[in-house]
Amino acid sequence: MAQSLNRLKESPSQTAGPYVHIGMTPNFCGIEGVYAEDLGAVMVNDKTKGERITVRARVFDGAGAPLKDALIEIWQADADGLYDSPAEMRGKADPDFTGWGRKATDMDTGECVFETIKPGRVPFRDGRKMAPHINFWIVARGINVGLNTRMYFPDEEKANGEDPVLARIEHRQRVATLIAERAADGTYLFDIHLQGEKETVFFDV
Amino acid sequence: MSADPFTNRKPETGAFFQRDRSWHPPAFSPNYKTSILRSPQKALLSLDSTLSEITGPVFGHNILGELDDDLIHNFAKQGESAIGPRIIVYGRVLDERGKGVPGVLLEVWQANAGGRYRHKKEGYVAALDPNFGGCGRTITDGEGNYAFRTVKPGPYPWPNGVNDWRPAHIHFSVFGHGFAQRLITQMYFEGDPLIWRCPIVRTIPDKAAVEMLIAALDMQATIPMDACAYKFDIVLRGRRSSLFENRLEGN
Repeated sequence: MAQSLNRLKESPSQTAGPYVHIGMTPNFCGIEGVYAEDLGAVMVNDKTKGERITVRARVFDGAGAPLKDALIEIWQADADGLYDSPAEMRGKADPDFTGWGRKATDMDTGECVFETIKPGRVPFRDGRKMAPHINFWIVARGINVGLNTRMYFPDEEKANGEDPVLARIEHRQRVATLIAERAADGTYLFDIHLQGEKETVFFDV
Repeated sequence: MSADPFTNRKPETGAFFQRDRSWHPPAFSPNYKTSILRSPQKALLSLDSTLSEITGPVFGHNILGELDDDLIHNFAKQGESAIGPRIIVYGRVLDERGKGVPGVLLEVWQANAGGRYRHKKEGYVAALDPNFGGCGRTITDGEGNYAFRTVKPGPYPWPNGVNDWRPAHIHFSVFGHGFAQRLITQMYFEGDPLIWRCPIVRTIPDKAAVEMLIAALDMQATIPMDACAYKFDIVLRGRRSSLFENRLEGN
């Protein structure tokens, strides 16, 4: 016998269920007066540095139907590639940018919209620069453990080509599932497919 | 969000322990029917934490309103309160190394005492309680402790099998210090016979893992003539020490 490592096990995940809005976006689902505003609804203000962008995200199930009860959180660096987090040791992130957003998908269309900025590049573990990306976390009824993925930008072809994370994707045609589309009005469209031929790459991070 | 609430601590910047995916429920768990079309079929791509996962938003106590941790009163009319068994839910947020995690935002939501959620997509015949909204939040203290006050939720029927009922439960959303610690789970109540019949509970393969989600009745923490107490500890992923890591990032 050796000494015990005294480690605990992580609490197991459970689905967020169909009424996730009650706890996480109560104003969105009509419970008003408890919180002044839903957390994560606003990421930028007038002074935020960087290029303003709009990201329109949808999540599709294995039958091709958009999820109308999903909740998406995004986490990203500021325009200089710094995260607004105590664990950010490289400098102080833009105080006018939260870096974190939360939206429920629309109960009719399944779309959710993030008004944010284009993130700067962040170093990978070995110091190489990752391409600009937004981290996504998706929960919903029917999803037992939150799903992690990343959105990359279609107008960053060179950076995407050097990205050490995208380089890890063995089936190269699947890289495209992480790259948003640029719509005619300039907004970025990011469709996440949970299952099937167009299945998005999800990460165990 | 940017203020560091633990200024006397050096932030930890190590990568997180790998998640034990055999301990968590698998994505595809057909007895919970909705998971069938909402589960990825391809393997997840494993990625040791980069700065994108090591960092995460941290919330200060300044976001909290006075009644945010009191579901009995935070939606109730002046001088009134929610109907149902009054309870206190308390515990600690720890990581896998057994360290308390300070500054953790916990968000909870639940049905009322009759099992009815306040949500427009919900049509269960049990009545709404005009004094109960069903949402609450709090932030752990310097040692990882938290507590909130609510009414015990009722069990709730749902369209999965023809006669499936959820055990009484409270949903928890938990932020650690890194985005990779993000967790949503559900708390169940000691002794509830519906727990072991529930297809959502049973998505978890290991009995010991299910037992981590069952809050214990704690008569020592109960307030006599007021509210029963349940203890519910939550464990987040631990992280490696970055002291001897020869990496360019992070410091």
